[in-house]
Amino acid sequence: MSFIDGIKRWFRRLLKKGNVKIGIYGPPNAGKTTLANRIIVDWGAEAEWSVRDLLNGVSEIPHETRRAKRKGKVKIKINGGSLTLDIVDMPGLATKIDFHDFLHHGLSEEEARKRAKEATEGVIEAIKWLNDLDGVLLVMDATENPFTQVNVTVVGNMEARGLPLIIVANKIDLPGASPTRIKSAFPQHPVVPVSALKGENMEKLYEAMAKYFG
Amino acid sequence: MDIQIDMISQEHMREMTTMEKIRFILDEVQKGKIVILESGLSPDEEAKLIETTMLEIATGDFTGIEIESYPPSHEKSGVLGKIFKKTPRSRLTIIGPANKMKTIKKDHKLISAIIMSKADE
Repeated sequence: MSFIDGIKRWFRRLLKKGNVKIGIYGPPNAGKTTLANRIIVDWGAEAEWSVRDLLNGVSEIPHETRRAKRKGKVKIKINGGSLTLDIVDMPGLATKIDFHDFLHHGLSEEEARKRAKEATEGVIEAIKWLNDLDGVLLVMDATENPFTQVNVTVVGNMEARGLPLIIVANKIDLPGASPTRIKSAFPQHPVVPVSALKGENMEKLYEAMAKYFG
Repeated sequence: MDIQIDMISQEHMREMTTMEKIRFILDEVQKGKIVILESGLSPDEEAKLIETTMLEIATGDFTGIEIESYPPSHEKSGVLGKIFKKTPRSRLTIIGPANKMKTIKKDHKLISAIIMSKADE
């Protein structure tokens, strides 16, 4: 973050009322909803959430989340300080959506067409949210190539707006995961390797969130 | 089947407004053409292009676009460059119909894609 970005952020915080809104972005199936659920399990106000709720709204079929979902406020307490965030789980971003792809996941043609239509609406909604956020957690699947256009577009938009961005290199519990590849793709941004599913390295992510979103 | 590739100069794009650029790109891509932009789009224009693409997918048989550009460059010169960080510069961008173009490799220095004619599909 540059000196000028720091000043802009200080003014925004000064003028801002209410909580810091953080959007969880990324391509479909990167683990956005699992990460949102993990943050709620760890810090959420809804005390009834437990580890078994981690997979709420999670599916192997792409575009399971087709509406932006506010997951509620979380108060993160770290290093003696605290930070209250409003977490918004975004639909997966994509540049193409073909209903035929959903047929391979066992959906009927009617269900596949409906899901494709809702997925397009979800992408539009996620893009519109970019104007109403204070920061972004960009989730990437660490087993995949990070140079997708969706990632490049989100990073570019956050840089153009001067807003803080943390890249979450998710799925480090899987063989072939390479957070290093993500770090070398986007060296100008903090990259935190985690497994949202297993809860690995989440402490480092919370430290980064306190540092960059606080 | 022949596939037309249009390479659009920076000067030509500069004359257009954001919506004119997006309309131009989507009209060309929906005709089956591959469009290469010398100077690319701004991040905001890229987001608007994706948004408009989704609207067009929802209303017809179009399945979307394949778009690839290099990550923005962040070359900084000296102390002032580090303090007054520049807006990232957009770079060469290739856009085609999702059912005709497929990216096979992409990194900082290389974008490799295949273009399928109807016989290959």
